Amino acid sequence: MKVEIISNEFKPWEELQAYETGLMDQHSIGAVATFVGTMRDNNEGDTVESLFLEYYPGMTEKYLYSISETALQRWDILDTLIIHRVGQIQPGDKIVLVAAWAKHRAPAFDACRFLIDDLKSRAPFWKKETLSEGVRWVSSSTLG
Amino acid sequence: MTITVKFFARLREELGKSEVKLETEKPLTVAQIWALVCDDAPLPTPILMAVNLEYVDQNYLVQEGDEVAFFPPVTGG
Repeated sequence: MKVEIISNEFKPWEELQAYETGLMDQHSIGAVATFVGTMRDNNEGDTVESLFLEYYPGMTEKYLYSISETALQRWDILDTLIIHRVGQIQPGDKIVLVAAWAKHRAPAFDACRFLIDDLKSRAPFWKKETLSEGVRWVSSSTLG
Repeated sequence: MTITVKFFARLREELGKSEVKLETEKPLTVAQIWALVCDDAPLPTPILMAVNLEYVDQNYLVQEGDEVAFFPPVTGG
């Protein structure tokens, strides 16, 4: 299980491969389900030039560890990985990576879906957009 | 007793403060702490609250040394 908050650009596919390579029992893995979120250059009909992502140091990591523990207890999965970007972000940058490893695909899909849905609705992160007309806080998460 | 109160995101900007230290004589609920720190302004909605890095509701009783946080609905991912 790994949780990381990162303030620089990251490459989710390399992180995924590196983490999987380090897993203890690689030959029992039958499935990995992943979600990668990327910054769009538009939101609610407006062009977004950049994004600032604020978080609550200490609570955010604790929260992400707690949902990872929940996923490991609730589904028959082997491991989880969450990496979330913070700070100044440009369109096209990767914002979040969530992955769940399992013997079979169903628990991998279910755990991955749970982790990203719970992260988006409860983990302490806040987006502030810069538009050509100024800045605004995003008021609610997008629908799944 | 001393309590640390933190604000995040839009709420931090609107209040113009990110952290305050509060001295109180008796234990207070999270809602009472908000009233003390924000000059009896009503608790805004929607709002989320945490004590010592865990979500709580507004009736949670805060203890000596606790860290209380108020913030708007989250928008990560």
